[in-house]
Amino acid sequence: MFTVQEAQWLTPKVRRLLVRAPRVARSHRPGHFVIVRVHEGGERIPLTIANSDNEAGTITLIIQVVGATTEKLCALDAGESIANVVGPLGRPTEIENFGHAVLVGGGVGTAVIYPQAGALRAAGNRVTAIIGGRSREYVILEAELGAHCDEVFPCTDDGSYGYHGFVTARLKELIEERRDVGAVLTAGPVPMMRALAGVTRPFGIKTIASLNPVMVDGTGMCGGCRVTVDGKMKFACVDGPEFDAHTVDFAELTDRLSTYRDQEALAWNRLHEFTEAGAAARCKMRELEEAATGGRPL
Amino acid sequence: MAALKPSERMKIPRQPMPEQEPAQRAANFQEVNCGYSAEAASTEACRCLQCKDAKCVGGCPVNIDIPGFVDALADGDLSRAADILFADNVLPGITGRVCPQETQCEAVCVRAKKGTPVGIGYMERFVADWARQHRKDLFEPPTPTGFRVAVVGSGPGGLTCAGELAKRGHAVTVFEALHIPGGVLVYGIPEFRLPKAIVHAEVETLRRRGVEIVTDVVIGQTYTIHELMKGEGYHAVFVANGAGLPVFQGIPGENLKGVYSANEFLTRVNLMGAYRFGETDTPVIKASQIVVVGGGNTAMDSVRTARRLGASPATLVYRRSREEMPARVEEVKHAEEEGVVFRMLCNPLEVLGDDKGWVSGVRCIRMELGDPDASGRRRPVPIPGSEFEIPCQVFIEAIGTKANPLLTQTTPGLQTNKWGNIVVDDNNMTSIPGVFAGGDIVRGGATVILAMGDGKHAAAAIHQYLTTGCSGNGRAKLNAVP
Ligand SMILES: Cc1cc2nc3c(=O)[nH]c(=O)nc-3n(C[C@H](O)[C@H](O)[C@H](O)COP(=O)(O)OP(=O)(O)OC[C@H]3O[C@@H](n4cnc5c(N)ncnc54)[C@H](O)[C@@H]3O)c2cc1C
Ligand code: FES
Repeated sequence: MFTVQEAQWLTPKVRRLLVRAPRVARSHRPGHFVIVRVHEGGERIPLTIANSDNEAGTITLIIQVVGATTEKLCALDAGESIANVVGPLGRPTEIENFGHAVLVGGGVGTAVIYPQAGALRAAGNRVTAIIGGRSREYVILEAELGAHCDEVFPCTDDGSYGYHGFVTARLKELIEERRDVGAVLTAGPVPMMRALAGVTRPFGIKTIASLNPVMVDGTGMCGGCRVTVDGKMKFACVDGPEFDAHTVDFAELTDRLSTYRDQEALAWNRLHEFTEAGAAARCKMRELEEAATGGRPL
Repeated sequence: MAALKPSERMKIPRQPMPEQEPAQRAANFQEVNCGYSAEAASTEACRCLQCKDAKCVGGCPVNIDIPGFVDALADGDLSRAADILFADNVLPGITGRVCPQETQCEAVCVRAKKGTPVGIGYMERFVADWARQHRKDLFEPPTPTGFRVAVVGSGPGGLTCAGELAKRGHAVTVFEALHIPGGVLVYGIPEFRLPKAIVHAEVETLRRRGVEIVTDVVIGQTYTIHELMKGEGYHAVFVANGAGLPVFQGIPGENLKGVYSANEFLTRVNLMGAYRFGETDTPVIKASQIVVVGGGNTAMDSVRTARRLGASPATLVYRRSREEMPARVEEVKHAEEEGVVFRMLCNPLEVLGDDKGWVSGVRCIRMELGDPDASGRRRPVPIPGSEFEIPCQVFIEAIGTKANPLLTQTTPGLQTNKWGNIVVDDNNMTSIPGVFAGGDIVRGGATVILAMGDGKHAAAAIHQYLTTGCSGNGRAKLNAVP
């Protein structure tokens, strides 16, 4: 059992959990992820390690509610626990001095770039972060990134905060303005990463994307996480999760991510309609959300 | 029973294994074989001729005293039978169910020459099940030696080694990557062939004997082998992390939705309980028609699992003929009875998909057997122009696995062969002193009993290494003393 020590909402649908997992914390490097199983009978899902504290033996997970399992995770409070947390998994980010490194995070993808920022800074880079969300309340970790970056540019789709527009548009402007961008590291929704690869390709800028395919074991045993990179089959959990964005087959990744859409909808409905546990979780979600948003409707 | 003359023993027919009816079992996940009754078991035991030079013992990879336990069973002394059995094999309830007896002990039984061999596997299972229900674990805790050993992987190899080391008084910690111990026994082999309760009971026995099992730890990621031996203070390590990565054929269409490796399909269904989706949260794609490619136990388990999830037809495609299938004979028979369609001598060329990216079928080509290849089996060659299609919504590849590089890559100095399997000496010791290995990571995809044999052999070598400072060949000196 892995105890949740702190829990708080960052946005109406994004929660930060501080989890006690000393073994994971001690070996964590930027780019690593864990696989968690919330409870007996639960599914195994991959989550980025957003931060770790070796002395305290804790890791930080930042989770967006997108389905039944993430909803159950986000319903956890301090003092409650997660059945299984295994990791750190995957290959760590290859940290180099690129001169000027730009990190681009979309939504909870910002949790992936956050630990990279500090490591890139330490390697001598000038570090810029471009982070996006639908509107102001969906932009996360701005202050935290600020501590490790030379500049942070928040972007919102609706213009309610920061740059009005997509992170990709802001990135393009930045590349053209500065002309010194040595590498771009990105994590976020697949369409965003795909578009971003399109932005950097003409400039020939090295671009690394952190992929998020469906996973089961996370140790290379099942092949469920396979992605096509440069025409070759790769297992994201052991060969990645970071790959050269210019050679990733994003269309295939998008398609494969939809494999269990029907079952996910079923599970979601079940959680919300049919079971007592589901009703309780929903109730609790509402309370927590209200606490986080000060009662504002979502 | 000893009074029976050989001629009388010869007259007794082999006792059949009671089974669930095919039509019934093809729709559930309960065990197919129901196990011998006490009467059937003792009757079967009387068929054994108690050969002086019993060939069956040599046919068993862990050399169980087969005539010994069978004689005790014939005498009705189940307790003695269990003692004899457990002395050589710590997991008989498992091997009695999954060993390929027909190529091992039963293959060399004298009675096989004229008629049917003695049902050694069935009796092994009977005695093990009896012991699990009726016997307390009479375990005398040994004097602790002060040595600590880490075991990587909780499959049959790791569990056996851990049990043997604990018996000798060493403190053992098993590190397992998954959330449940058992390796292939829990994620691969289905419930209907090996009930998980049996594996869990065996694991509990080990725990009671003082073996510490830590799940959710991936060696090579959470700790390296080097860290285990230096920082964490283990005096020796046994690596039994299994075969690992699934092999894909490399044909077009393999990334369509609906293509699974057998490992993924079986893990979803067995380990994650997808066949009870609703009670559990892990989904698996439901299909009315499925095709599995392969001829081993993994292929057979996949196709029979798919059948139980409702596929009709569930088709098995294999590029050689039925005689060459490496699967256990009983599994092939059971699959056929359950209505699995066998398409022998054909090979998939391409997975076909619809416009939404879902599997819609598989295009195959017929094969014929040509000259023998390196393995001595006749090589299948495609017949030009014989292509045909099988419609299906799920396509499962069960054509083998290759060594998982996760651990070996992070262990400098650990010698592997060109396939990535760990190289060991006669004592199962690797190129790193104090680090031993066995099971599928050394042998490539092998069997439960061979992995157990390695675990047992390695435990003896580790014991010697710890207590004398060198392994059997005197190569390595142990520098740490507790
Ligand atoms: C579907 C299927 C059916 C089979 N049927 C039969 C049968 O009927 N009869 C038979 O004799 N054999 C059968 N086999 C083969 C048999 O299961 C294997 O040969 C045997 O399990 C190998 O044992 P092992 O201990 O080497 O490894 P495994 O059983 O593979 O166990 C390895 C364990 O190590 C863990 N692990 C891996 N990497 C790490 C790491 N880095 N750190 C920590 N833990 C790690 C894995 O999660 C796993 O639990 C079958 C195999 C499959 C896949
Ligand atoms: S998640 Fe199973 S191989 Fe990557």
